[in-house]
Amino acid sequence: MDYIIEMRGITKEFPGIRANDNVTLQVKKGEIHALLGENGAGKSTLMSVLFGMYEPEEGEIFLRGEKVKITGPKAANDLGIGMVHQHFKLVHNFTVLQNIILGDETTKLGFLKMEQARKKVIALSERYGLKVEPDALISDITVGMQQRVEILKMLYRDNEILIFDEPTAVLTPQEITELMQIMRELIKEGKSILFITHKLEEIKAVADRCTVLRLGKYIGTVNVKDVTVEQLSEMMVGRKVDLVVHKDPKKPECCVLQVEGLTMKTRGSTKEKLKNINFEVQAGEIVCIAGVDGNGQSELIYALTGLMSPDGGKILFKGEDITRRSIRYRNTHGMSHIPEDRHKYGLVLDYTLAENLVLQQYFEPRFSTAGFLKKREINAYAKTLVQQFDIRTGAGISTKARSMSGGNQQKAIAAREIARDPELLLAVQPTRGLDVGAIEYMHRQIVRARDNNKAVLVVSFELSEVMNLADRILVMFDGQIVADVKPEQVTENELGLYMAGAKGVGKK
Amino acid sequence: MKEQRSIIKTLAAPDISKAAGAISSIIAIAVGLIFGFFIMLISDPQQAWAGFKMILTGGLSSGKDFGNVLYYATPIIMTGLSVAFAFKTSLFNIGASGQFIMGAYGAVLVGVKLSSLGQIQWFVALLAAMVFGAVWAILPGVLKAFFNVNEVISCIMLNYIGMYTVNMLVKETVFHQYTNRSLPVAETANIPKMGLDKLFPESMVGGGIIVAIIVAIIMAIILNKTTFGYELKACGINRSAARYAGINEKKSIILAMVFSGALAGIGGGLLYLSGTGIYITVVDTMAPQGFDGISVALLGMSNPIGALFAGLFIAYITVGGSKMQLVGFVPEIISIITAIIIYCAAFSLMIRNFFVDRRMRKLNKQDEEESVKKETLKSPPEGDSKGGGNV
Repeated sequence: MDYIIEMRGITKEFPGIRANDNVTLQVKKGEIHALLGENGAGKSTLMSVLFGMYEPEEGEIFLRGEKVKITGPKAANDLGIGMVHQHFKLVHNFTVLQNIILGDETTKLGFLKMEQARKKVIALSERYGLKVEPDALISDITVGMQQRVEILKMLYRDNEILIFDEPTAVLTPQEITELMQIMRELIKEGKSILFITHKLEEIKAVADRCTVLRLGKYIGTVNVKDVTVEQLSEMMVGRKVDLVVHKDPKKPECCVLQVEGLTMKTRGSTKEKLKNINFEVQAGEIVCIAGVDGNGQSELIYALTGLMSPDGGKILFKGEDITRRSIRYRNTHGMSHIPEDRHKYGLVLDYTLAENLVLQQYFEPRFSTAGFLKKREINAYAKTLVQQFDIRTGAGISTKARSMSGGNQQKAIAAREIARDPELLLAVQPTRGLDVGAIEYMHRQIVRARDNNKAVLVVSFELSEVMNLADRILVMFDGQIVADVKPEQVTENELGLYMAGAKGVGKK
Repeated sequence: MKEQRSIIKTLAAPDISKAAGAISSIIAIAVGLIFGFFIMLISDPQQAWAGFKMILTGGLSSGKDFGNVLYYATPIIMTGLSVAFAFKTSLFNIGASGQFIMGAYGAVLVGVKLSSLGQIQWFVALLAAMVFGAVWAILPGVLKAFFNVNEVISCIMLNYIGMYTVNMLVKETVFHQYTNRSLPVAETANIPKMGLDKLFPESMVGGGIIVAIIVAIIMAIILNKTTFGYELKACGINRSAARYAGINEKKSIILAMVFSGALAGIGGGLLYLSGTGIYITVVDTMAPQGFDGISVALLGMSNPIGALFAGLFIAYITVGGSKMQLVGFVPEIISIITAIIIYCAAFSLMIRNFFVDRRMRKLNKQDEEESVKKETLKSPPEGDSKGGGNV
């Protein structure tokens, strides 16, 4: 069998941990090969080995049947291996063309010869159906376009083996479909693709074969056609995972949150981040706000929680106008917030877990008398939460939040916010960066809050999460709510059109 | 600027490892001493060893000397506590000098004018010092909180303004024409000796050091045991998270500056009420104790008890250094040598970071191992014939 890349028995150890343990990866020429695994399964380590950034303790790499030793990214590039990183490596105030040739410029006597490069880029983009405008600035084009620039960068360097690291995380469903089309186009032209992901549907949609890693170990390679999504997820997690959120239908009751005509401008400019937002959330319902990142979701949440004050409109909470109320007032009157950025807002990383668990309550009579903290009460409270919410740490409640894993940090925040027994729970990207097990956990907590008759507002960029979790979906685009639908009345595709601003505005 | 921020961030973090802090301070001091010794070797090879011995043991050579160490330590412990307190809130109070001299003026004013108060006059004078220092720090706090004006700039400006204002006020209110300095304070305004003059006869020490120790303990309690300290530290480590938690971060910033200024003010009061024949002279020189406070806070890892020992150390080196004149070193060289030792001591932060980094890495590794172990236990391996035991 002729493999274009073959990594045999790769073992890479870091002090105390085997990031890769006898891992084998065989990619055939002209296939889309998925590399599947949870966070920390060793995918990145394996790719770093392939790119020569780490030298493995054991194992060999073969390229087109020949044994090679890759000493660094440059060497990998020379061997025809290119990669689109999850976070693009683009210079924002350079044009598309300048970015593509960066590091590989055609010059004459030290002067740039752009014409030649331009011709090549245009030819390439036509050949592979990658529509880009060579002279547009990176900062002016969409994320999907930027990704195409990254792809063109690899093609410009005549790379044969293309690695995509979680390429769909930042895209809308339509862009994902287009990306998959491009990927198919690329293999038709004889390229080989290695596709790193933890999203199972995408593997089913586009990959030919799939290699699964778990905890640094090679679990197996399968033909994607022959397995179900459930089987793949079981290989990845090591146990059966419930991919569907279970919730009983529930009739929402009285109105908890009403937002009326909310507007907000960017500071120092007249650009409106929020344009006349109106919606409400009722007790016992989960409302999900879908949308591509940066369409005003963060600003909306900041306005609701008091982190920023809106320029116009009203926020009514349990019938009371809280638009100008302080953050503490909202915190103590039944509003909870699982913030998007758990390191920036959610936790004081150098405080212990116990100290973090009373972040909004330390001053309450329960935890303090006459200005002195009741450490014993705080610790006892923290211990119950740790048990109740299954937060795992090295040194119990006196572990510094900084040294906890991301999943457990998120669990701690969720525990704190839900245990406060709020009437309104705001959760922004509650499952960002979590692995499947932790996602399942977060979803269960959110549904439980709703079943306890709480009003829940979730902001998510993951369509599948929105579809699964929501009782009602609001779609935000360009600072407006462009759709208010029930999940059973809408398809992911339709939602995608709303998210891209195509529906309702009448483009595309 | 970025450097400064990162230093402050590190200082604001609660003691990640107290042991690492103490050890690194000691290493830094040792490095400083070695450097100082080299300078002595260069400037006077014959007397270098004798001079070195002087600097090491001078502060302990008699009860009088140790009493003087305590005396010199008192004001810089207070300014050290002042700077350290601000560090805990991520503020760099470089204005301790101005607050110190304002406090001194407040104390002298009460000390001269209100002798009718009798036995409690010294206490009232000290309170005045505290209030004057606190007031002087309000402005940078307000500017920082509401207009995001960098406190370093506003504090430096207020150092000058404070110095000239005090010169003017002294001339207006408590001036002694012929000596160009403030009038002597009433006998009852001097801080009681609290028996320390018996313990260390002939030295200048008084009750001030006891006040400083008590203040340091109070500060430790405030920082570690109270909701106020919890808020201040949360603001210092992560201002966004503090805001998210509903803490009024503007109030915290202003209060932190006010507290910090009050501490520096008390320092000024303690020095000028020490009854050792010290007066506010009308000269255009800023109070150096304010800047020594920065070294003290850095060397003490912005921990109140650490600042206490750091202040003692710097005073000890100063007293020992002054004794080097006995073996023929000129005062300028002595100043350079003590400065070098203190300078190196400030590197303790760097050394600590090195320790902490290593520790953190180790901890993280353990954490990972731990979680890997748990995961492995949780999920029985399936179709997992390859590879031996993980971890």
